[in-house]
Amino acid sequence: MFSKDRWSEIFQAIGKNKLRTVLSGFTVALGILIFTVLLGMGNGLHNSFLTSFVDDAQNIIFVRTGETSKAHKGFQEGRRLQLKSEDLAFIEDNNIGKVEYITPRIYRGTLARYKKESGNYTIRAVSADHQHLEKTIMMKGRYLNEDDVAERSKNIVIGRLVEKDLFKNEDALGKYLNMDGMAYKVIGVFQDSGGDNEERLIYMSYTTVQLLFGNNDHLDQINLSYNMAMSTDQAIAFADKIERDFKQKFNVAPDDQSAVRVRSFAEDIKETMIILGGINLVIFIVGIGTLISGVIGIGNIMTFAVKERTKELGIRKALGASPRSIVSMILQEAMLITVVAGYLGLLIGIVLLRAIGNNLEDFFILNPYVDTGIVIFATVTLILAGLFAGYVPARRAAKIKPIIALRDE
Amino acid sequence: MENKDANAFTLHSNVYDMIEIKDLHKSYQMGSNSLHVLKGIDFKVAEGELVAIMGSSGSGKSTLLNILGMLDELDSGEYHLDDVAIRNLNETKAAKYRNKFLGFVFQSFNLINYKSALENVALPLYYQKKKRKARQKKALEYLDKVGLADWATHLPSELSGGQKQRVAIARALAAEPKVLLADEPTGALDSTTSYEVMDIIQAINDEGKTILVVTHEEDIAHMCKRIVHLKDGVIVEDKKIEQVRASNYV
Repeated sequence: MFSKDRWSEIFQAIGKNKLRTVLSGFTVALGILIFTVLLGMGNGLHNSFLTSFVDDAQNIIFVRTGETSKAHKGFQEGRRLQLKSEDLAFIEDNNIGKVEYITPRIYRGTLARYKKESGNYTIRAVSADHQHLEKTIMMKGRYLNEDDVAERSKNIVIGRLVEKDLFKNEDALGKYLNMDGMAYKVIGVFQDSGGDNEERLIYMSYTTVQLLFGNNDHLDQINLSYNMAMSTDQAIAFADKIERDFKQKFNVAPDDQSAVRVRSFAEDIKETMIILGGINLVIFIVGIGTLISGVIGIGNIMTFAVKERTKELGIRKALGASPRSIVSMILQEAMLITVVAGYLGLLIGIVLLRAIGNNLEDFFILNPYVDTGIVIFATVTLILAGLFAGYVPARRAAKIKPIIALRDE
Repeated sequence: MENKDANAFTLHSNVYDMIEIKDLHKSYQMGSNSLHVLKGIDFKVAEGELVAIMGSSGSGKSTLLNILGMLDELDSGEYHLDDVAIRNLNETKAAKYRNKFLGFVFQSFNLINYKSALENVALPLYYQKKKRKARQKKALEYLDKVGLADWATHLPSELSGGQKQRVAIARALAAEPKVLLADEPTGALDSTTSYEVMDIIQAINDEGKTILVVTHEEDIAHMCKRIVHLKDGVIVEDKKIEQVRASNYV
């Protein structure tokens, strides 16, 4: 199979039929090229959709309350519902093992001042888990922890731009920021990929805000993430359960759309994935189709080549070529053309995808690529395709009777 | 006539029989009709003979040669080549025996057009799985033997008809077969060239090679040592003759 002589025989045969070889190779190269580019584009589309989720954790669920829109169980409509600290435990205790991280959010506006610099900022009061849910990246210092929550500490974590605005060239860490007449210690500076607004936030323990801004146990919102081991469908069911539990707790009509609002990405992700799956399926079918037509092209041309070479193959048999050696010669020729042309197509496809890069971002195609798995898949497919393309003509070649091939006409 | 045959065989009884055929039959199916081409051939060829097989077209001479060359199968009868029974061969075995026992020379040369003279001659050696160097060396040796060493790198299209046939003879000999089978080797050549080719065939025979030549040309047949006449599928005449040397005409 790998003897040098055999290959030189094949190269000689290919070399004598350049046009035929180039034409058959072209169909395969084109097939693979289209396959690669389509698949890459599909991946680009996938990337583009995924980036719309990356700012926050993908498995996040938001719980908010509003006013009831329907009368229920003797309560009037238009009743305002308020989340409270106890609701954190209410969610966790009713859903053991399902909650990964959970945090409340309370928003307060504030005028923050450091020395002569001051500005209006938003305080986002949270618990320690919030860091994971928001994918907050610490540049220096630390994030809020359990102790800050328990002790209602006056520690704050400020955004990169808050430090830049107020502290200028100073290091904010350990300094005190004055907000509404009270001094808070900066224990950390963070950055966030969510944009400038995110980086102008000030994080503080929600217990501190509850104490200092109204002395109550109110929460504006609860964010939680579900256990990643859960499937998308389970996650959707989980979000539905939280909504039902709260509606029951607050005596809200089950079909009241505005009183308790539970939102998860799970449904969005599911829909997106279904659409992407559909697109990828179409791409795959089209790609495979072009690949198959390329393979059939090779098979076709090889069949023709065998017919054209009937006499030569007959001579070879008369000189002692076994059917096996004829079959493997034709198979190897078909495989060689397929693999070389296919790889050429693959290479051009990859280069093309690189060249496209992020130029098609406007069309929701971001960083198109084909991964190693696909390249290996394509390689195996190519070899199999070559075998398949060569098989029929090779069988035909092996069946050539020298006596008929050599008949003088 | 049967006496004659018997005499011929007695004459050769002390010589080794290279080819031995007994009661060979062969028919072809032509649609619903069966065409009985060979109707009981008994035939022996001793080592070192140069036999002409003659007959008009349809006499069965080509069929006989094809069966001798293992290019076709016999229906009934026996065929021994170098004491090996040739029967029920699968393709692989037939290929192996062809390569080992037989060299073919055809009317239309049947050289591979994209291979040089040397590569054509070396091809049977490739199927004998000889090493490249050894193949080249031996092929050149045989090309030299037919006087074409200088033409080794030329393609068949650059050679004359006579040269092509000489390359084909060199190719047939390169595998060092027991028997050389030539099917109308001079059929496509003018008479001068024909005699040149026969001169080479005689020279090879002089060295002891067993050769069968199918021909319909009387003058070519008389350059052999024995003529077997076929008619309607049977041997009608089998005689030893005085060989005419081709060198007289070259």
